[in-house]
Amino acid sequence: MPFTNEQLERYSRHIILKEIGAKGQKKLLNAKVLIIGAGGLGAPAALYLAAAGVGTIGIADADVVDLSNLQRQVIHSTNDIGKRKVESAAETMRAINPDVTVNTYYQFVNSDNILDLIKDYDFILDGTDNFPAKFLINDACVMAKKPLSHAGIIRFKGQLMTILPGEGPCYRCIFKNPPPKDAVPTCKQAGVIGAMGGVIGSLQAMEAVKYITGVGELLSGYLLTYDALKMEFHKIKLPPRGNGCAVCSDHPTITTLIDYEQAVCDLH
Amino acid sequence: MKITVAGTVKEVADGLTVSQLIEQENVETPRYVTVSINEEFIESGTFETHILKEGDEVEFLYFMGGGAYAFYQ
Ligand SMILES: [Zn+2]
Repeated sequence: MPFTNEQLERYSRHIILKEIGAKGQKKLLNAKVLIIGAGGLGAPAALYLAAAGVGTIGIADADVVDLSNLQRQVIHSTNDIGKRKVESAAETMRAINPDVTVNTYYQFVNSDNILDLIKDYDFILDGTDNFPAKFLINDACVMAKKPLSHAGIIRFKGQLMTILPGEGPCYRCIFKNPPPKDAVPTCKQAGVIGAMGGVIGSLQAMEAVKYITGVGELLSGYLLTYDALKMEFHKIKLPPRGNGCAVCSDHPTITTLIDYEQAVCDLH
Repeated sequence: MKITVAGTVKEVADGLTVSQLIEQENVETPRYVTVSINEEFIESGTFETHILKEGDEVEFLYFMGGGAYAFYQ
């Protein structure tokens, strides 16, 4: 389908980029991205992906908007307090760009539903805050061979990596198992600067756009860390994939999904 | 001797172990940090016995949550 005049204008700053062009914009319009978590990371990512014209955006979250979310979850407004986050996020995305089809999933992710949730999407973005969910999403994406952007934020720090199953290392290559409850601080206990979600969530959106359009080099094989206080980005080169990893090596020992015990910061 | 920690060159005592470096660097969650030396992860059980060498490039990788609450059931 050719672009409408409105689309030519809306996406003109993309189309003029020689790396994107009309072809890249078509790819974006035909792409499907799933964002798991409509919070600090998912909010900015969803805004940019909707604005970019990613044709189908899925958003999964089982929470409702709370006043304490608004310091960083910029897709929700004061008027949305009490509303399902997926609905609030969907309304904002549709208002930004009517080209986008938004699918909402008002549900928790677990070992029963995750594979079904990710199966129709081209790229998955992890915007969850807890380790059981992060391990589950990693393992499911490795098993289903879905590219994934993983990220975490706390206080004045953030980090992310892109996982290309079968090619680069996965989250479990670095961290073998979730830490015990309360062993490492969570955002709720430790706080997080609002703009951190903007920085890291936008980088996740950037990786999704690069993956879809095939432009540049993805953050596969690296963990990128950001320290806002020192104003430093640091790219840590990771060992190659597999190497004894329980889920992504050629002879995995984890072949079914695991529901780990719920971390403390999940429910208020 | 000189080693590189998170991209910064540092002068440290000869014979320093990974555990001692973790303490020196005030790693917040010493039991749950992943350590890579020269782009290879080392087993967490060997932190006390692993002696660093001149020129080693050490990275600490931390668990980081963040994002959306109320996610998992
Ligand atoms: Zn792995």
